[in-house]
Amino acid sequence: MINCRNVTRLLSEAQERPLSITERVLLKLHVAMCSGCQNFKDQMGTLRLMTRAYAKRKSDHDE
Amino acid sequence: MTTNRDQKADTKQTEDLLVDAPFLEDIRRQMIKFATLQLGDNNLAEDAVQEALIGALKNASSFGGRAALKTWIFAILKNKIADTLRYKQRSVNVSSLLREEDEDEAFSELFDRKGFWQQDERPVAWGNPEASLRENHFWNMFEACLERLPPKQGRVFMMREFLELDADEICTTMNLTTSNLHVLLHRSRLRLRECIENKWYLQGERND
Repeated sequence: MINCRNVTRLLSEAQERPLSITERVLLKLHVAMCSGCQNFKDQMGTLRLMTRAYAKRKSDHDE
Repeated sequence: MTTNRDQKADTKQTEDLLVDAPFLEDIRRQMIKFATLQLGDNNLAEDAVQEALIGALKNASSFGGRAALKTWIFAILKNKIADTLRYKQRSVNVSSLLREEDEDEAFSELFDRKGFWQQDERPVAWGNPEASLRENHFWNMFEACLERLPPKQGRVFMMREFLELDADEICTTMNLTTSNLHVLLHRSRLRLRECIENKWYLQGERND
């Protein structure tokens, strides 16, 4: 099985490039069994959302 | 369509705002913080802010008040920062790059020898972040975590997620290969994620 370290690498890269079918299958199999990586996966989207909200906040609001 | 006279009135209003000392001081302080975070250099940040403010004054027109003006000034500043970063590629500090590249050890705290999560480092569920995003506390913590990233990781992360540049452009600007970029982003996300989790989610969503 592909390990958590490599899974997090792929989940990060998925933010920059489309993953291959093989990569997607490997991820799916791992994430289904690993709650840590499942949470990490959700957090990649959340980090992006947070950083954009932060950018917007920086430009829209007074501190 | 705005008439000439409307435009003049708007320009006047914007100019009034830009010479309003408390407003200007406040916005300047925020801009410096913002630019320093991304450029990692106070002098470069000062220059970018200076130019953005001059640009704002020069082209002042049709701003219905402070909020719109501020959004616009920050848009100019973002462009200045992107320009500065492009220019800076020539003077990338090689030694700092090497030092950061060689930090595999730091991640042995996260993963065991086989590359699986250490028991106490396994990411927890964050749930819906909406409520957190409304708390000032949260943003102070978030900013502190960003500032704690190693400089190069912080910079590429901000270019990617904050300035929303695409991967190719960042590689050209920072003189990186695609795989360098992926490594840096992966590390920055691992770190940032861990920091947010420790400082927020494992603190019962309080950060006192």
